[in-house]
Amino acid sequence: MNKIIENKKLSENVVKMVFEAPVIAQKRKAGQFIILKINEKGERIPLTIVDSDAQKGTLTIIYQVVGKTTAQLSELKAGDSLQDVQGPLGNPTEIEKFGCVVCVGGGVGVGVVYPLAVALKKAGNEVITIIGSRTKELLILEEEMKKTSDQLIVCTDDGSYGFHGFVSAVLQQLIDEGKKIDHVFAIGPVPMMRVICDVTKPAGIKTVVSLNSIMVDATGMCGACRVSVGGKTKFTCVDGPEFDGHEVDFKLLSDRLKTYCDSEREAYEKHRCGCDGN
Amino acid sequence: MKNIGVDAMETKETKDKKEKVPRQKMSEQDPQKRIHNFEEVPLGYTEETAIIEAKRCIQCKKPACIAGCPVDVKIPEFINQIAEGNFIESAKVLKETNSLPAVCGRVCPQEDQCEKTCILGKKGEPVAIGRLERFSADYERNSGKVSNPSVAKSNGKKIAVAGAGPAGLTIAGDLVKLGYDVTIFEALHKSGGVLVYGIPEFRLPKAIVEAEVEGLRKLGVKIETNYVIGRTKTIDELFAEGFDAVFIGVGAGAPVFMNVPGENLIGIYSANEYLTRSNLMKAYRFPEYDTPIVRGKRVAVIGGGNVAMDSVRTALRLGAERAMIIYRRTEVEMPARKEEVHHAQEEGVEFLMLTAPVEYIGNKDGWVTGMKCLKMELGEPDASGRRSPVPIKGSEYVIDVDTVVVAVGTVANPIVPATTTGLETNKKGYIVTKDESGLTSREGIYAGGDIVTGSATVILAMGAGRKAANAIHGYLSKK
Repeated sequence: MNKIIENKKLSENVVKMVFEAPVIAQKRKAGQFIILKINEKGERIPLTIVDSDAQKGTLTIIYQVVGKTTAQLSELKAGDSLQDVQGPLGNPTEIEKFGCVVCVGGGVGVGVVYPLAVALKKAGNEVITIIGSRTKELLILEEEMKKTSDQLIVCTDDGSYGFHGFVSAVLQQLIDEGKKIDHVFAIGPVPMMRVICDVTKPAGIKTVVSLNSIMVDATGMCGACRVSVGGKTKFTCVDGPEFDGHEVDFKLLSDRLKTYCDSEREAYEKHRCGCDGN
Repeated sequence: MKNIGVDAMETKETKDKKEKVPRQKMSEQDPQKRIHNFEEVPLGYTEETAIIEAKRCIQCKKPACIAGCPVDVKIPEFINQIAEGNFIESAKVLKETNSLPAVCGRVCPQEDQCEKTCILGKKGEPVAIGRLERFSADYERNSGKVSNPSVAKSNGKKIAVAGAGPAGLTIAGDLVKLGYDVTIFEALHKSGGVLVYGIPEFRLPKAIVEAEVEGLRKLGVKIETNYVIGRTKTIDELFAEGFDAVFIGVGAGAPVFMNVPGENLIGIYSANEYLTRSNLMKAYRFPEYDTPIVRGKRVAVIGGGNVAMDSVRTALRLGAERAMIIYRRTEVEMPARKEEVHHAQEEGVEFLMLTAPVEYIGNKDGWVTGMKCLKMELGEPDASGRRSPVPIKGSEYVIDVDTVVVAVGTVANPIVPATTTGLETNKKGYIVTKDESGLTSREGIYAGGDIVTGSATVILAMGAGRKAANAIHGYLSKK
C-alpha cells in the first residue's frame, strides 16, 4: 500500500499526485516509470515518474484524466492509498553533455519531459524548452520549466497564450534561424512526436522520444507494448521507453494504442454514471 | 447437470481378472456448459470414489511411483491413509514433501511421472495418484482443519528468493521449516507466478493458489510483491543488506514471436499477454474488472503445447465461434498433455495440423483480419527426435481470423542476469548451474526452474526448488 500525500489539479484534466514509495524513490532515475494499480479490480497502468524525494520517500506523477482508471485516480484524496506500485521500470534516460538540447513537451507530456530538462541542465547543457497545449488553461509546469531552462517558449494551439501554433513550428523556426541544436527530446501525444521528428530528421538532429505504449506486466513478459524501431520489434517496457524518434513506426504505435478504445469508453461511461459500483 | 467421465483409456473394460476394480473416473462439467464459464472442469472425487481408488493401490514394498516424483511424495503412505478414511492424515503426509499438493494434483503430468511407473500400469490402469492427491489436499482445505508443518527454531540466517512461482514457493517453504528467515520478492502484484498469470481458472482455481500461498505466510515466509529484482533492487544490493543466500526462480518469462510479417497487428497476442490479461487481471470479467481483452470470434492459436491449449480454451470461453489450434506438425508430436488435448476437442476446438502461418493480413486500422498459412508435411526427425515439418510449395491459403495468440514458447528474461555481476548464462540467456543443487557461478546464489531449464513444468520447477533448498541448507550450515 502506498499512501497518497497530495493529489492536486494542475489544469482542468491534468493532476499531480505525490505518494509514498520509499524504495523506488531511492532508486529511480530520470526517464523511468512505474506501474500503478489502484485497487483489487484495477488495471495496471504505466506512468512516468516526474520527480522523487529520496529523503521523504515519495514519488511524483502527473496524469491526464482520459478514462476510468485515471478518473478514479483523480477522485482519491491525501491519506488514501494506492494498492500496488511497481518500479522503477524501463531504462533511465541517457543524460550527457550534448551542448544545446531542446526539450519539447506537449500536453501531459510536459510532466514527463520535466525531469529530463532538470537532469540535462544539471549535466551542463544549454536547455531550450518548448511546451505546448491546446489552450492556456491546460498548460502545466510553466514556472518549473522556466527555472530549469535557459530559454522557455510556450505555445497554444488556439493562440490564447504565448506563440499561436504547434511546438513543431517553434522548433522549425529555431532551426531556420540557424540555432545550433545538438539533441532533441520530444515527449507528448503521438502526432506531436511524429511532427517533431519530421522537423528534426531533415536537419539531422538526433531526436529521442518516450513512448506511452499499452503495458501489462512491464517487465518484458507479455509483449503488449511492442513497437517497431528501425524495422525491428522492440518492447517499450524493457528496451525503452525512450527510442530514436527517427526510427519509430508512429503509425503502428498509434494503431496499437487504439486496441481497447471501445472497452475503455464503455468502462469510463459506466464509471461516470456510477453504474460500475466504484 | 450431466457429468461425463472422460478418461478415454478407462472406457476400455479391463480384461485382467486380478484387477476387478477399474480406475475410478472423475466427473467433469459438461463440455457444452463449461465453454460458457471459467469454472473448474474436473469436479474431483467423492469420499467414496477416493476410497475405492485408494484401495486399488497394492502398497508395493519398493514403490516405483516415488521414483517418478520430482519431490519424492510418499505416495503409498498418503494413499493408504485415504483407503483407511483418514483424509486429514493423508494431507499431512503429502505436505511433508510437497508444499503445493492441491496444485500438483491438478497440473502435474502424472502420466509421465508417478503414474507412468505405477506397477498396476503394466497390465492395466495405474492408480489415479494425481486425482487422489487433489482429493486429499482439497478435503483438508475445505475442512478448515489445515495443519501447518512444524517450523524449526530461527537460525538467524536470511534467504532472499526472487520470484513467487512454483520453484520460489517450494524453496521458501522448505527453508522456513528449517528455521531460516525467508523473504520472497515477486515482480507482479500477486504471488504464484505461472500458477496465477498462466494457468487458467478452469484448470487451477486461483483461490487454491491463494490458500497455498497463505499457508506459507503462516509458516513465516515474508512476501514482497511489486518488487522487481534487477530493477527495484539488485541481487548485489540484497547481499549488501545482509541476505546470506539468494535463490533465483524468476521463470523463463519473455515471449517468443515468429518474425512473421504483420505480427504486430492489433489482435495478435503473445500467449503470455493473452493469459495474463485473462487470468491475473481477470479480463474475462470486464467491465467488473478494469482490464480489457479482445473477445475474438475467429481465434487462431499458434502452437501445440499446454499453453496453446490453455489459450484456445480461454478463447472459447470468451465467446469465440471458431477456436483453432494451428500446429506445424501432427497431433502425435504435440507436446501438450493428452488430457488437455482431449478437453479441447470435447469443447469444440478445431485442430489444424501441418499448418504454419507465414504472413498476417490487416485492415486499414491495423487490425488483423487474415492469416496466410502454408501446409506442411513431415520429414526426417530433428534434434528433438520429432519428425520435422517441411513446407509444401505452393500450398498457401488464407484463414479469416480476428484474433491470434502466439504460443510457441518463451525465452529467458534478461533482467536478473543483466543486473547481477558475475552470473554466468548460456547462449540462450538461461542461468548456468553447476549441478542439480542449482549453484550458479557465484557463491551463495542458486537458481532453478524455467530460468535454468527453459520452459518446463510446475513440478520440475518445484523439484529444483527442493534441491536448491537442501543445497543452501548444506552451504549455510557449514559457513
